[in-house]
Amino acid sequence: MGASLRMAPNDNVPICMNGVTIEVQGLARRYGARWALADVTFRIPPASVLMVAGHNGAGKSTLFRVLATAIHPDRGSVKVGGFDLVRQRQDVRKMTALLSHQSYLYESLTARENLEVVADHLGISRAGAAEVLEQVGLASRASDAVATFSAGMRKRLSFARVLLQAPRVVLLDEPYGSLDPAGFDLVDRVIGELKRGGATILVATHQLERSAKLADRAMVLEQGRVSWEGAPASLGAPASLGAPASVLPC
Amino acid sequence: MLIAALRKELLLQWRTRGQFLAVFVFGAAALLLFSFAIGPNAVALRTFSAGFLWLGLLLSSTLTLAESFHAEMENRAMEGLLLLPSDPRALYYAKAIANWLQLAILGVALVPVMVVLYDAGTTALPKLLLVILLGTAGLSAPGTLYAAMTAQLKAKQTLLPLLLFPLIVPALLASVKATSYVILGDPMDQAGSWLSLLAAFDLIYWSLCGILYERVIED
Repeated sequence: MGASLRMAPNDNVPICMNGVTIEVQGLARRYGARWALADVTFRIPPASVLMVAGHNGAGKSTLFRVLATAIHPDRGSVKVGGFDLVRQRQDVRKMTALLSHQSYLYESLTARENLEVVADHLGISRAGAAEVLEQVGLASRASDAVATFSAGMRKRLSFARVLLQAPRVVLLDEPYGSLDPAGFDLVDRVIGELKRGGATILVATHQLERSAKLADRAMVLEQGRVSWEGAPASLGAPASLGAPASVLPC
Repeated sequence: MLIAALRKELLLQWRTRGQFLAVFVFGAAALLLFSFAIGPNAVALRTFSAGFLWLGLLLSSTLTLAESFHAEMENRAMEGLLLLPSDPRALYYAKAIANWLQLAILGVALVPVMVVLYDAGTTALPKLLLVILLGTAGLSAPGTLYAAMTAQLKAKQTLLPLLLFPLIVPALLASVKATSYVILGDPMDQAGSWLSLLAAFDLIYWSLCGILYERVIED
């Protein structure tokens, strides 16, 4: 049985009407014979940030891909804003954005064109593309093909893609990966803005100290199970993790 | 949604237009090699020209269809569109229409090659264009579905023709017969019935594949 994360309303978090609750109950997902997620249970209130930590292969990315409806769960139930993840997949997708290890970008298109494709599919104005490019510091490279971008620039563009969606649920899988120090600050700033805007945010990261400052709660996944949950500040304490904090890759 | 998806497909095709030239050269080379199999027999060359044109198009189509999913799989871009969310049917029809357009242009471009190599000229160009449009539509609809199915597999270049070729035999047969009548003459007006068969095939597969596409691309 997975641990349950019950988050009390936090006075410091601006509760926004736009935020949605995520309720995960007994979630399991396997690849072949191996269970990547096994009986994961937690709940996140609206307009809050949950930090998800864990070793490589602990199940963080699988959890995020299930929550984003990219893959289906094998067991358990998930409700996002009251919508069932399996039966009301399109409704969940409308409010969710995933920053994944995969950039979801077309290599032969320019940065602006990639965002315009997203805007066109969402049925929103293309003007937003220029705005988010400015926001992530890629305005000067808007007309360059993604194929010419470094890993960090791709990550920034993927971030722009997420921002363009104006999601109510934001799933950030390793948002700091490949970024330079300025990029780290950008991620912090964006998470802060999304949180103030009322979005419910999950961040899977190995940058524990940095994310702990932004998160309202933290959760550790180990072999597909929730092994620890609590306040982000106490995540580094050896007793909480059941292992030295330094074991977690940073 | 369909317009947005189609715009993206055409933009991607434009950016990789060098690939079209390579596919055209492949098709033209196939027509040249087929002519070697017949030898210097002008009557036989002209008789079999329609069959060779469609075989050339069929072989080239596997390259076009497989390539159309390369950009989608590179960074899981297709998954990114699905999660926006996008309507899977709109994504399918946009890709199928873009593939159809590319194959139709390829078919039209291969006609002069056929005329030169097989001395298979015709004055019924509008009718030939109609056959090419209906025939390539028959290749594109199931071809796009099977290309999506095999896009993530290592052996996609082998599996796509293995799955596709048996399925499109009726469309291929109807296309070859209708093209033959256009080139060699049609005193009994038999081309119409083959075109009807081709149109029926297209109608069934364009409807069916649009429905099945979501099951193919979703986890």
